[in-house]
Amino acid sequence: MIAFASEEERGCRMATRAAYGPALTELSAEGAPVVAVDADLTGSTTIAKFAASSEENARRVFNVGIAEQNMTDVAAGLALTGKVAFTGSFAVFGCGRAYDQIRNTVCYAGLDVKICPTHAGISVGPDGGTHQMLEDIALMRALPGMRVLVPADHAAARAAIKLAARTSGPVYVRMGRAAVPCVYAQDVELEIGRAYVLREGADVTLIACGVEIEEALKAADVLAAEGVSAEVVDAFSVKPLDAGTILASVGKTGCAVVAEEHSIIGGLGDAVSHLLAAEHPVPCECVGVQDRFGKSGAFEELMSAFGLDAQALAAAARRVQERKLSS
Amino acid sequence: MDIKDLEMRALDVREDIISMISGAGSGHPGGSLSCADILCALYLGGIMDVSPDAAADPARDRFVLSKGHAAPALYAVLAHAGFFPREELKTLRKLGSRLQGHPDMRLTPGVDASTGSLGQGLSIACGMALGLRLDGNPASVFALLGDGECQEGQVWEAAMYAAHQGLDGMVAIVDHNGLQIDGAVTEVCSPESIAEKFRAFGWDVHEVDGHDVAALMKVLADAKAARTGRPQAVIAETVKGKGVSFMEGNAGWHGKAPDAEQTASALAEIRSARAERSCA
Repeated sequence: MIAFASEEERGCRMATRAAYGPALTELSAEGAPVVAVDADLTGSTTIAKFAASSEENARRVFNVGIAEQNMTDVAAGLALTGKVAFTGSFAVFGCGRAYDQIRNTVCYAGLDVKICPTHAGISVGPDGGTHQMLEDIALMRALPGMRVLVPADHAAARAAIKLAARTSGPVYVRMGRAAVPCVYAQDVELEIGRAYVLREGADVTLIACGVEIEEALKAADVLAAEGVSAEVVDAFSVKPLDAGTILASVGKTGCAVVAEEHSIIGGLGDAVSHLLAAEHPVPCECVGVQDRFGKSGAFEELMSAFGLDAQALAAAARRVQERKLSS
Repeated sequence: MDIKDLEMRALDVREDIISMISGAGSGHPGGSLSCADILCALYLGGIMDVSPDAAADPARDRFVLSKGHAAPALYAVLAHAGFFPREELKTLRKLGSRLQGHPDMRLTPGVDASTGSLGQGLSIACGMALGLRLDGNPASVFALLGDGECQEGQVWEAAMYAAHQGLDGMVAIVDHNGLQIDGAVTEVCSPESIAEKFRAFGWDVHEVDGHDVAALMKVLADAKAARTGRPQAVIAETVKGKGVSFMEGNAGWHGKAPDAEQTASALAEIRSARAERSCA
């Protein structure tokens, strides 16, 4: 049984990225041969905390400067000497700029490199469209052998990083800058390939990942006030996807909304739509960024401007339910 | 192996390169022939401490073929070093073969890193050298780059970082054959002087005739032993297509297989060089 945050913990907000450096410190203490390669963002990625945790861990941090392609292949070389090598940066650089390195050197050889961008999606906020990566899940999902994890909160991010270290081969862990509410208990353990039902319901399934979990939970409250019972599923393991849990939920509710802080092209929405089309076709809508770049603004403003907030999810839920009932 | 034996082996390797690429019907003869002597020195001349019996030994030296399109040369040398049967060379680029068009460490015994996308090998070697140093492992890491490849910006990211880290267990060899697909490297987009660039980045630089096996043996041994606190670069002056006169110095032979007649002529030339050499 999965452990959720207590009432008191739910009130506290923390960024998923804050889990990164401390999780590596824990892994190192457990004897895992972790190393971190960073590109001039050790403070933002929180790798500075890992480096500061001990002299030994400081030796395990490699700051290559502003050179994300080199960062990724240096990590690959470290993995080839038996290390579990982590890279972190903004997703647009650590994943986008280094895509060829991730594809041809890391994934092609199945190396133990864990790509952990700490700043993905529009939650990057005021830095604007150049820094708001919205295509990373699509890029990473398409790579053979790559696992893609999108944790919803700080505890899930810690669990995902530890899972990444314990899983052989490449893993992508997508984190964010924005503080989000705690959903899971701080010491939660998650499994790759599992989705978690956060709230049970009978009328519509809201499947989400990352920062969209908060919006899905809020949308479920909005819908409940209207007499609609929404089930909320955290599909944090975007690849591999937990087909069983998703199909069981949709089999019960008969309609679904999939939400992610990512382009509607190639992400969780496509993964779930593909699954439902093949296994259990029901009315389904995808909530995501509509084939556009991001822009500057506060996180909350952007969530509303791009149609990613709870109101947008609730509206989509009403539509799919209507389609279900009228069919 | 003495120098004359090594030179004879390099001719065998050249013969294998031509036969393999001809059999495959595609591949990169020019840049494979230009680095054949370098690879022979590393693997057959004893510069690198490697053995097929201890292919996964953590203490072994490492090699990264950053110019992955020279895979036929690496495969031929690995076969001569006993990592797999020479007979298998015939399967190059064929469906189901362990010898892919570009090196795949998961398939080919003796290959330390998968490569093929240019510009990445020096970074991989850099990571290997850092990992070995972290473990207190004195093994050396060699990377072979093309001169055209030095147009890739990532090469210089890695050059900067290796020097910054003082990775003296690392030797980058540049196969300086002067040609790339579209013509002379200096005409397409000149990265020259490559030697001066490595020096400026803080490397020790050695220059050598990349077809003088005795000189190569000495320079590579010196570079491996240097441990000066600076990474070592060896700029090997080579001829693209070396050993097959109609391919030499001709960019057209970068990525094209010889037809049956050209193959026969190339093999005859290499065999005649071997006959001459064995009488010398």
